[in-house]
Amino acid sequence: MMDSEAIARKYERVLAPLTRTGWMFWAAVISLSIIFLWSFFAFGWQYRRGLGETGMGHPVSWALYLVNFVFFIGISHAGALVSAVLRITRAGWGTPFGRAAEAVTVFALAAGPTNILFDLGRSSRFYWVALHAQFKSPLLWDFTCIMTYFTVSVIFLYVLLVPDIGLLRDRFPGRRWLYRPLSLGWTGTEKEWSVLSKTIGFLCIAVIPIAVSVHTVVSWVFGLQTQPMWFSTIFAPYFVVGAIYSGIAAIILVTIALRKVYHLEDYLKPYHFNNMGLLLLVFTLLWAYFTFAEHLTVGYAGGSAEHAVLWSKLTGKYALLFWIMVALCFVIPFPILVFKRTLPGLLIASICIIIGMWIERYTIIIPSFIEPRLPYVRGDYMPSWVEWSMTAGIAAGFTLAFVLFSKLFPVISIWETEKDEKEGHDKLRQKGFNLLTG
Amino acid sequence: MGSKKYFLPISSSPQLPMKGVHMYRWGMVIDLDRCTGCQACVVACRQENNVPFAGEQEAGLGRGKFWMNLISEVKGSYPDVEMRFFPIPCMQCDHPPCTKVCPVEATYKNPDGIVAQVYPRCIGVRMCISNCPYTVRYFNWHAPSWPDDYKRGRNPDVYRRRKGITEKCNFCIQRIRTAKWNARREKRRIRDGEVVPACAETCPSGAISFGDLNDPKSRVSRLSKSRRAFRLLDDLGTEPKVYYLKEGEWHDG
Repeated sequence: MMDSEAIARKYERVLAPLTRTGWMFWAAVISLSIIFLWSFFAFGWQYRRGLGETGMGHPVSWALYLVNFVFFIGISHAGALVSAVLRITRAGWGTPFGRAAEAVTVFALAAGPTNILFDLGRSSRFYWVALHAQFKSPLLWDFTCIMTYFTVSVIFLYVLLVPDIGLLRDRFPGRRWLYRPLSLGWTGTEKEWSVLSKTIGFLCIAVIPIAVSVHTVVSWVFGLQTQPMWFSTIFAPYFVVGAIYSGIAAIILVTIALRKVYHLEDYLKPYHFNNMGLLLLVFTLLWAYFTFAEHLTVGYAGGSAEHAVLWSKLTGKYALLFWIMVALCFVIPFPILVFKRTLPGLLIASICIIIGMWIERYTIIIPSFIEPRLPYVRGDYMPSWVEWSMTAGIAAGFTLAFVLFSKLFPVISIWETEKDEKEGHDKLRQKGFNLLTG
Repeated sequence: MGSKKYFLPISSSPQLPMKGVHMYRWGMVIDLDRCTGCQACVVACRQENNVPFAGEQEAGLGRGKFWMNLISEVKGSYPDVEMRFFPIPCMQCDHPPCTKVCPVEATYKNPDGIVAQVYPRCIGVRMCISNCPYTVRYFNWHAPSWPDDYKRGRNPDVYRRRKGITEKCNFCIQRIRTAKWNARREKRRIRDGEVVPACAETCPSGAISFGDLNDPKSRVSRLSKSRRAFRLLDDLGTEPKVYYLKEGEWHDG
């Protein structure tokens, strides 16, 4: 290993964002904070007056908050899962995405379940779910799995940060108060490295089943209910695939933004994005396959209650949203990912997918409520300003957390990049690059 | 209630485990042939159970509460109009989908088979509402409200719900409790017809019968075995304890 001085010089680009802050940073922080704080006001308003301030009613008793919940938990799958799988398979090209992906996971996992807090009739008693734990309720499974995943993700992000924090502690004496306790006295001895690699190995294996379990139980919140078109055996894998799909898109979007804003072109090369694009393509196809299988089964063999929901999606009230979703999640990204895995192409594809997957959750949740099993009680749903405010607030909070994170910690893992280089992955990478582009 | 030791076991019902054999199993039979659609049951239920008023605007947003809900269906157009009525209380399922999903056990099936809601325990997750295939669970979107001159008429025996919790029909459980106490004092079972919920009591055409399905001689037991009897969404396996008697078309039994 080189000394910290040499490493700092070599990775000047990666460390620069930690010290240099431009007007764009302040503009982003201030505007995001305003939106974030506004959502506190909106929540206070709703808390005082009751959930009637939302657009929900009878029979649409779950709506935008649940959509956001599933959406953010989905985004969180990017991270830990993708980076763990790439590490286990020793795919060197995943290294520059790792840190960003792990951070996205943690912040998305903070944002997702917060929506449940907004959705509760008596939010201040949320901990009763643990206090009066009912093992028969899928919500307890959710609570358990999400809390486990959150804890493991935080540890995962943190453990992988420790060597870099050790470097930061030496480089930034002004921030010692923060980096010194966090570095756990890291000095980079032989023994420390061996403990670290064992811990990472264990965490990589542990995080995969946990991540899969999380979106499985999230799907069961719907899939185990009697509502038409929720009651489906493929919901668990369908949700897991959808989650990873939106998660990869989120990583691509975040890293493209970081690359542009922090000038990380040397680390995030088109080659890396090309590979990430291929991974995204695999999940585009998987998602389309599941979506097709699900809707065909319902259409071909479903009962009248299921058909009512299906037709409201295909040709009825939700047709516009449904077909926009199909366009955003498949029709637009598919050709891009097949023919043009360039940066602008991937940017368009991932934005489409993120929006499309949000709409997907909306069209899974709302139409089933509008057409419940008994053909008598009917209602409508339009989100209120409170719900839009909370949605904007949670998205702003998520982005803000990431922006602040990127100012305190390097968004590219320095020690892993260094290690990869040392182990000669670079050669392999170069070869792969030539093969794929040439 | 601790009431079971006073009662003698009666013939076992196949739907019940042996442990609950000597319990009551309250059920309702609604004769659609007798229902005139007058909505007296809806009003009586609201009065008895302190069901709050949503107001026109809120009701438009789907926040009206009808523990007893009367659905009307119009078939055909003038002059060949046929109107059907369908009173829908909670079905009090024997296998309720709503109770198992509650993360805090705020709702449960009590020993009499009534699906009860424990208001102070409810935290307003609303999973029970979405998992009820009959959509008969109602949520307090706002703090409950009544017109001022109506407030004096509220039932003192019934808990007034607060905002953020779920509520539902419970077969006028307060009346059943009173009847149980009376019966227990006299060391006997509750007699058939001794206790009826407000909807059954008020129904001018006698369309609603209420009683113990465990007692084979009770009116509801006999009616529930009628050839006209059916239950809503029977194929879901929820085993509702509200039976309907088919109207009109006698030819197909």
